Amino acid sequence: MKALSLAVCAALFLTGCGHKASDQGGDVVKIGLAAPLTGPQAQLGQDMANGARLAVDEINAGHPQIGGKPVTFRLLAEDDQADPKTATNVAQRLVDDGVAAVIGHMNSGTTIPASRIYYQAGIAQISPSATAVKYTHQGFDTAFRVMANDAQQGTVLGDFAVKTLGAHRIAIIDDRTAYGQGLADQFERTVKALGADVVDREYTTDHSTDFMAILTNIKAKKPDLVFFGGMDPQAGPMIRQMRQLGISAKFLGGDGVRTPQFITLAGPAAEGAYASTPGLPIGKMPKGPEFQAKYTAKYGPIQQYAPYAYDAVYVLAGAMEKAGSADPKTFLPVLRQTDYQGVTGPIRFDANGDLTQGAITLYQVQKGAWVPLQTFQKH
Amino acid sequence: MDILAQQILNGLVLGSIYAVVALGYTMVYGILELINFAHGEVTMMGAMVAISVIGLGLAAGLPALPLIVLAMLAAIAACMLLGLGIERFAYRPLRRAPRLAPLITAIGMSILLQNIAMMIWGKQYIPFPPVFPQGEHRILGAHVTDVQIIILITTVLLMLALTLLVKHTRLGRAMRAIAQSQPVAQLMGVNVNAVVAATFAIGSALAAVAGVLVAANYGQAQYYMGFLLGLKAFSAAVLGGIGNIAGAMLGGLLLGLIESLGAGYIGQLTGGFLGSNYQDVFAFFVLILVLVFRPSGLLGERVVERA
Repeated sequence: MKALSLAVCAALFLTGCGHKASDQGGDVVKIGLAAPLTGPQAQLGQDMANGARLAVDEINAGHPQIGGKPVTFRLLAEDDQADPKTATNVAQRLVDDGVAAVIGHMNSGTTIPASRIYYQAGIAQISPSATAVKYTHQGFDTAFRVMANDAQQGTVLGDFAVKTLGAHRIAIIDDRTAYGQGLADQFERTVKALGADVVDREYTTDHSTDFMAILTNIKAKKPDLVFFGGMDPQAGPMIRQMRQLGISAKFLGGDGVRTPQFITLAGPAAEGAYASTPGLPIGKMPKGPEFQAKYTAKYGPIQQYAPYAYDAVYVLAGAMEKAGSADPKTFLPVLRQTDYQGVTGPIRFDANGDLTQGAITLYQVQKGAWVPLQTFQKH
Repeated sequence: MDILAQQILNGLVLGSIYAVVALGYTMVYGILELINFAHGEVTMMGAMVAISVIGLGLAAGLPALPLIVLAMLAAIAACMLLGLGIERFAYRPLRRAPRLAPLITAIGMSILLQNIAMMIWGKQYIPFPPVFPQGEHRILGAHVTDVQIIILITTVLLMLALTLLVKHTRLGRAMRAIAQSQPVAQLMGVNVNAVVAATFAIGSALAAVAGVLVAANYGQAQYYMGFLLGLKAFSAAVLGGIGNIAGAMLGGLLLGLIESLGAGYIGQLTGGFLGSNYQDVFAFFVLILVLVFRPSGLLGERVVERA
């Protein structure tokens, strides 16, 4: 027992030392990156890591200075396996390693539990991709994101359904996950406020493949639009079964649906489906084509989140330079005042750490591919 | 009216699949009193093998009908081998062990098979190529697809064949004899190992067919699909009376109908208080009710405690 507590003391002492070194703005500023680097979402996670790497390499090549002293940024990439438990372990490890800030995590389900650890350690966190509203609404002054959140997405989807698609009778399905339910609730509030009828609200799970019973119910209510809050493994068979049952209503979903996998799984039934994604298509981003050329030369095609991770690093480095310190206590208030023209668009944070001008783009499946229709962005 | 007809049809299709998978659970339980938790994974393997074979066949330019037959046969062969292997290496060494040991092995087997499938086919859902006929029909106002009709007909045929096998063949008689008393059957010259292996092979073949049909119906398969399907089918077997073949069929169809009608009408029945998210709760509530009043299931024989 005594040996154990001695070991714990020693460990605490050592990590304490490590932390101090980076606080004092020595030559190395450590930035953590947490994302699923292995497993089914590894491609997306690696994409995010590479986006951040590209930014760190570029910044280092420009001989950055913080508070008049030359510094080198170092990226510590950790694998959270898209698993909340692993994510908290990884977060603790990054804190122990003395990072000044963290880019990540990728999934809302990992970002939210990890955010508490960063908050308690007073470390800045920017998620390039977590969209769950809760992440920035826990009262943590350390939590930021550079992508529009689900509430913003749900609102835009509701607007689009009623104003652009002219839907009056709307049926809503969600998969009872935090993401699906949150998106569907915000969508429902928006369409109701715009005077459309929500004729049916049905539920499924994120493991189901049979939706015949709930779709038959929906069919009886004769909707002109079916909204689904959930992911592509459900959306694919769902739209097939809709068409099978002779439901000709339009189909609309969020970013969980706007994937190539949805088109593969739904087959010809996917044609004409609508879905949204936060952010702009890479070709429409202010500095998108330029970024794409740089990134592709080094890492191959962009998957999705690379430009957001890239911007997040620049935003962090900018705040540190301006504050003249890599100590989160000093640069956090400066980070909140960020006004930066990134690859992905203008980055300014509101009091919660959400983007004030997050863009949302609507897509439709046309001839077997997602085609961007229009982008909504507050000005 | 069309809505009710549609919900009943939905329930029958879902129930048929549960029933075919439930047969595998009930046959093994009837003979060995073992719950083969890996059975759902055998179903999944059938679907996966069929998708791979169809993919290869399509690349080789085979026409649809021979391709379906080939995929089905490949899935059946692969699953029978798998079933035989599971029995030989995971269950036979433990046949005389306390009953908890093979149960744990079964759960381990299920996890092992999931992980093997994940390594071979990945974690993503993979699409089932549209090789089955894709026609649609209207019956009593309900929309029915060709695949659904194939599922219903196949289920009836499989059940008839299995009933004939168990009631009127030598193998069937041997299976029933072992179910009654393994030592006595052995004394009468029944080769217990061979019959148990045959039971696993037949149950796995049924699982293969079910797996292919499920994947064709929903257009996709994934390494995890066997778990929930297996759980539902197991519940169906218990509902009908585990160990009883007619019970598995009845239990499967009933569970499918309850789920479908439950999801369809639970909202109206409770005035919107409960929604379709209570679909599974409703199905399992019925299961619990049945078991409270008939602990051995609907068609289960009352089990007399062995002296």
